[in-house]
Amino acid sequence: MHIFSLIFTNLRRHRWRALIGMAGIAFGVAAMLTILAIVTGAIGMFQRILASDSHYLVFERNVSDLFFSSVTREQVDAIRARPEVAAAHPVLFGIVSAPDHPVITCFGIEASDPRLAKAEWRAGKVADFGARPDEIFLGARAAEFLGAHAGQTIAVGRGTFRVGGVFKTENGFEDGGVFLPLKAAQDFFHRGDAASVVTVQLRDERRGVEFKGALEAAQPGVIALENREFNSTYNSFKILNFTAWAVGVCAFCLGGLGVANTMLLSVFTRIREIAVLRVCGFSGRQVAGLIFGEAAAIAAVGVVVGFTLGFVLLAVLERVPQFQGYVQASLQPLVLVGIVATAFVTAAGGAIYPARFASRIQPAEALRYE
Amino acid sequence: MSKSREIIAEAREVSKSYDGGRIVVLRDVSLAVRTGELVALWGASGSGKSTLLHLLGGLDAPDRGQLTVCGLNPVDEASRLSLRRHRLGFIFQLHNLIPDLTVEENLRVPALAVGAARAATAARIRELVTEVGMAHRLGHRIQDLSGGERQRTAICRALMNRPQLLLADEPTGSLDETTGSTVFALLKQLAERDGITVVLATHERRFAEACHRIVRVRDGRLEEIST
Ligand SMILES: Nc1ncnc2c1ncn2[C@@H]1O[C@H](COP(=O)(O)OP(=O)(O)OP(=O)(O)O)[C@@H](O)[C@H]1O
Ligand SMILES: [Mg+2]
Repeated sequence: MHIFSLIFTNLRRHRWRALIGMAGIAFGVAAMLTILAIVTGAIGMFQRILASDSHYLVFERNVSDLFFSSVTREQVDAIRARPEVAAAHPVLFGIVSAPDHPVITCFGIEASDPRLAKAEWRAGKVADFGARPDEIFLGARAAEFLGAHAGQTIAVGRGTFRVGGVFKTENGFEDGGVFLPLKAAQDFFHRGDAASVVTVQLRDERRGVEFKGALEAAQPGVIALENREFNSTYNSFKILNFTAWAVGVCAFCLGGLGVANTMLLSVFTRIREIAVLRVCGFSGRQVAGLIFGEAAAIAAVGVVVGFTLGFVLLAVLERVPQFQGYVQASLQPLVLVGIVATAFVTAAGGAIYPARFASRIQPAEALRYE
Repeated sequence: MSKSREIIAEAREVSKSYDGGRIVVLRDVSLAVRTGELVALWGASGSGKSTLLHLLGGLDAPDRGQLTVCGLNPVDEASRLSLRRHRLGFIFQLHNLIPDLTVEENLRVPALAVGAARAATAARIRELVTEVGMAHRLGHRIQDLSGGERQRTAICRALMNRPQLLLADEPTGSLDETTGSTVFALLKQLAERDGITVVLATHERRFAEACHRIVRVRDGRLEEIST
């Protein structure tokens, strides 16, 4: 209890120094929080595109990325014919470019796709989708950045399309994408009759394993994954997640160096005082504990400030139109725990050398000098 | 003092030099201090008084020779910790208190080292500060105290864990005459009334003469002077 007062006194004594150490941790926390929120937000959105009311996701076996997956018309029909299946929706992903906008995601979907019905139509209506040739439909944000409105003709890729409608979806990816009827998309991307994935809704969710086994036996070329399963095995998600953590940890390493620096200075300027603690009966270990305690206190304040900073930043980002839907400010509790743990581990790492140095101070030597 | 009392601290043929032997401070010195004695280590500046106290207190190790303090060898790390925690109290010329802690907080430091109970610590602090007339200053920071008050606080800190032996290195060295006398009187009382053994390093003759024994430190040797 009282050891806290020793820790606290020392931090108070070197307020600025402690503040700098704390700022290092705070920036690490804020950076990690923001990066993870954006990445998990992006992943979450992609997952929701895939999930949209479905239980299973069917795609080509052994492809590294869904953009390269092909599921043929014949295979889609076979899936639909299965007794376990209530509904199956093929989706073709592609990338198109427009003047000034080199990368726009294009979704090829059927008119019956539930996401069209669920969307909030700003112009046009569901029944228009695929009703006329050479029409393209825009997510609300895509319409905004393309400066396009319904009825206008726009250049997309090699073609020109008439904007058949504009709708708002909750999903940031979709909202920033363009939509073509599946057939038109297949022609546009030269994909024959293939879709990238098929989202499958079962009659009875509990019979999933049965469906998966039967489907994969009948169609060795495809793989069916439960949404949850897909999310944890899909390579691109893993890479994104890993990158986010790696960048975050790097940010923290800088924070750790800040703590090391703060604690080293704190030890160097207190050599005499530490010697006195030794004379009063503190063991080397107790002295080291004191230094680690200080680092932990710095980390604790840093974590609080960092979270505040991070969440404010995220709240601001959420309001920036370009980021709309991309940022998911609510992170899983486990991720938050991970960030806190990383903060304390780096702070402790930064305190190792200072603590070792402090615990080895020889009282007789130290007390000789005024 | 009666020779029948047991020896609490002893140095036998102890030598200490610095700088790889270039500065020889103590040459084969021997000293025996008995329980309850007030012994003055008297000598000029640089004669080696502090060095001897540091050896006795396990703050430094001798080149040669044997040391026994309270039945323990202060060179051994584990014994050292036990000595510092329970058997020895140190007082320095400069109080060596933590300036921005209060008197009370400074006095808690030795209790903290041994993990003493809060209530017992509080009681001990009250007892000690009352004894040295510092009860009204408990909540004040060290930086706001006078030199004499600081030194009295330092004595209390040394006494917190009820040591048997006090090692006092020029405790009056930075005080004016009157204040110095008060602090010295306090140490003498600890020896005579409470039976705490005190080894006092000083270069002031008047304090040395008021001790039970004077051991003169000169040219690396110890020399008993009768009082
Ligand atoms: N670590 C050290 N390295 C080199 N020389 C040292 C060291 N410690 C002490 N000395 C030397 O040893 C001699 C004795 O020092 P010591 O501090 O014991 O003297 P002292 O009698 O306590 O003097 P004072 O009255 O000034 O405190 C001095 O010459 C000092 O310079
Ligand atoms: Mg000295």
